[in-house]
Amino acid sequence: MKPNGNPVDEVTGTETTGHSWDGIEELNNPLPRWWLYLFYATIVWALVYWVLYPSWPLLTRGTAGLLGWSSRADVEAEITRVSATRAELDDRLAGLSFEEINADPALADYAQRSGASAFKIACVQCHGSDAQGSQKFGYANLSDDDWLWGGTLDDIYFTITHGIRNEQDPDARFSEMPAYGALEMLTRAEIRDVANTVRSLSGLEHDEAAAERGRETFEIQCAACHGMEGEGSQDLGAPALDDAIWLYGSDLEQIIAQISNPRMGVMPPWGQFFSEADRKKLAIYVHNLGGGQ
Amino acid sequence: MSVALIGSRIASNVRTQVAGAAGAAGPRSTERGLCGAASAVTASVADPVPGDATHPSGVRQYPDQAVNKGKKPKLYKGREPIYPRRVHGRFRTLKWVIMALSLTIYYATPWIRFDRGPYAPDQAVLVDLANRRFYFLWIEIWPQEFFYVAGLLIMAGIGLFLVTSAVGRAWCGYACPQTVWTDLFIWIERLVIGDRNARIKLDQSPFSARKARLKITVHAIWLVIAVATGGAWIFYFADAPTLLGQFVRGQAPATAYVTVAVLTFTTYTLGGLMREQVCTYMCPWPRIQAAMMDEKSLTVTYNDWRGEPRSRHAKRMEREGKAVGDCIDCNACVAVCPTGIDIRDGQQLPCITCALCIDACDDVMTKIGKPRGLISYTTLQDFAANTARAAAEGMEAAKASQVLPGWREVMRPRVFVYFVLWSAIGIAMVIAVLARDRLDLSVAHDRNPRFVQLSDGSVRNGYTVKIMNMEPEPREFDFGLEGLPGGLMWSPNIVEEPARRFAVPVGPDQVREFRVFVKADPMDLAGDTVPFTFRTFDIGGREKTATETVFDTPERD
Repeated sequence: MKPNGNPVDEVTGTETTGHSWDGIEELNNPLPRWWLYLFYATIVWALVYWVLYPSWPLLTRGTAGLLGWSSRADVEAEITRVSATRAELDDRLAGLSFEEINADPALADYAQRSGASAFKIACVQCHGSDAQGSQKFGYANLSDDDWLWGGTLDDIYFTITHGIRNEQDPDARFSEMPAYGALEMLTRAEIRDVANTVRSLSGLEHDEAAAERGRETFEIQCAACHGMEGEGSQDLGAPALDDAIWLYGSDLEQIIAQISNPRMGVMPPWGQFFSEADRKKLAIYVHNLGGGQ
Repeated sequence: MSVALIGSRIASNVRTQVAGAAGAAGPRSTERGLCGAASAVTASVADPVPGDATHPSGVRQYPDQAVNKGKKPKLYKGREPIYPRRVHGRFRTLKWVIMALSLTIYYATPWIRFDRGPYAPDQAVLVDLANRRFYFLWIEIWPQEFFYVAGLLIMAGIGLFLVTSAVGRAWCGYACPQTVWTDLFIWIERLVIGDRNARIKLDQSPFSARKARLKITVHAIWLVIAVATGGAWIFYFADAPTLLGQFVRGQAPATAYVTVAVLTFTTYTLGGLMREQVCTYMCPWPRIQAAMMDEKSLTVTYNDWRGEPRSRHAKRMEREGKAVGDCIDCNACVAVCPTGIDIRDGQQLPCITCALCIDACDDVMTKIGKPRGLISYTTLQDFAANTARAAAEGMEAAKASQVLPGWREVMRPRVFVYFVLWSAIGIAMVIAVLARDRLDLSVAHDRNPRFVQLSDGSVRNGYTVKIMNMEPEPREFDFGLEGLPGGLMWSPNIVEEPARRFAVPVGPDQVREFRVFVKADPMDLAGDTVPFTFRTFDIGGREKTATETVFDTPERD
């Protein structure tokens, strides 16, 4: 009754392993056969896996495995698959007008989401991740209701495609404000007066007398582009001066600086970098930021 | 003490039992182990028993060897087939009733219809994974209400503790699916092949057409049951009649076929082939249950103070003036045991307390004119008391007091604690279900940008709003803002014109998510960040809800 020389448990008549923990002894019961077979099966499985899949570590790299599987190839295949799906949608986007795209909610949703990621790639460097632009550098805020060159889908699409004041695209939106100070077209005093006139147009605090003096200069020099009441012109990209939104700031000094030696932003022609579908996506995304007209 | 050895059944058709008895009725220690009866005592039976023998009293003997007898250890051990004998009695009847009930519930539940109106499925119990809804009669659970299901699971866990601490492993013996299906499969065996002896004989007989036919029939029926088991499961996850049609035509989703295949395989393997091995080797519950039980929990117990020394030749022994116990060593308790153990060896892990041995033993006791209850449900406390009494005052004194444990003994503080916990969760869930809202509003304020300056000097904030209509019918909600002076809002695709409120129709059992733009003049507001409220109510209904959020403006100098 002691095949291995270990004590035999009286109750079960089974030999123990000879181990004892706090007086508790371990019976040396045999494994069930099915359990043993499962154990053998896992060994066979491991061997097969070793041969079929990359698993043997060598000095510099591992074995490739008979199946030639790799996670890199999986990712590649997945990317190809996704691109193929998107290619279909992009073809449809390119062929449809904005009205037709918006009539298809699923397609519009795709354009909106896809446009959001394109925006993060190409636009946030200037316009910011929140599309709020920068008053310091004169990058336009894209989510408000004030548009320099128009806020309809087609206007936005045109701006994205050709850019603004760049030299790469002959169709780029173009306008230039004269440097009234640097070219000595106006005196310093006249410029200060006109600046007060501009502030008066949007109801900002101003010197009444100066504004009155600058009114005539404004009508002669500025109204052609910015309008008699400073309402601006989207055809010329002339900012409205009668509202609360200021590209380069509304302080008197900032306005004087802008009249004396104006800064004018440049935007690249994205038509040379993005496909038609991508530009449509961007236009739809920007239009949906909340200020689209 | 037990030195019984058994020759291999497969090697020789004649089973020889060589039982050398050492000290048949030695002093038994009640301290050892969980149960005093653990000290197995084998009566001296020298004559080999070739088949069923008959006791002088007229009771048939069932020669058998329990799997829990000591043997020479090997590296591994094949399953020793167990052929549970048919048994009649109150516990067997109880098991039939519970089996019929649980199988009926399992198979029939998905087919019960329940009218929820035109917009919701009419299946009484449905786990709609695709639409993330769970329907239980009039209760519909949304994903964010899944804590109800978690509550049910906790109740099931505590319920198991409750039952185990009160009446021991009742779950294992009567309601566990493994037990129910194994029982069903054994019943099929008996219908097709016959009872225990017929099955043993068939397994030992050489290959023949009859053997093949019977075996194939049994396995075919098992497979049909297994397929039906897997089949019933999938109906909980889709409209049952539709899915059945699709399944038969080969149009059901691949998941359905895979699920049925997996459950067919497990049911057939676990219920048909592995049986007691699942309870002994695989199931974690026998390992945990000891923590739930104490000296006052009910267990199936062989009352060895009354049964020992056991003898197959009681009358001869008595004539010779030797003391004998009530146990005539007929092995009926071993023959009926679905896990193949000998309960006379005391409490042990494979015992699922199904009490079939009680039925078998009571039957034998009645036949030989002895009181029932040689094997009985009892508590360790009672067992110890009876043993002590038998030792001190003689067996008759113990026998007189041998009664079923009283409810006071079972209903102890531990059981009450479990019961109070269990019912508290249940009551809390019922209250929560009755009081819960079927309308929910959630508002997320845009963080980037927090606000947008507009050309007329006002400020715009953006919000993402979700209105959840959790009723299975379309409803229209009045959505408005409160507490923001001069504030106006609009929403693309719903309302273009700025307003203080607008109506939002939401489909049955749906979430409607939409963007809301709110604009206000900072001059009208006191502060840079103004709290205000979106509120919504069910037009024509009584439900309403509100969510507080903030309106941000540029910092003022």
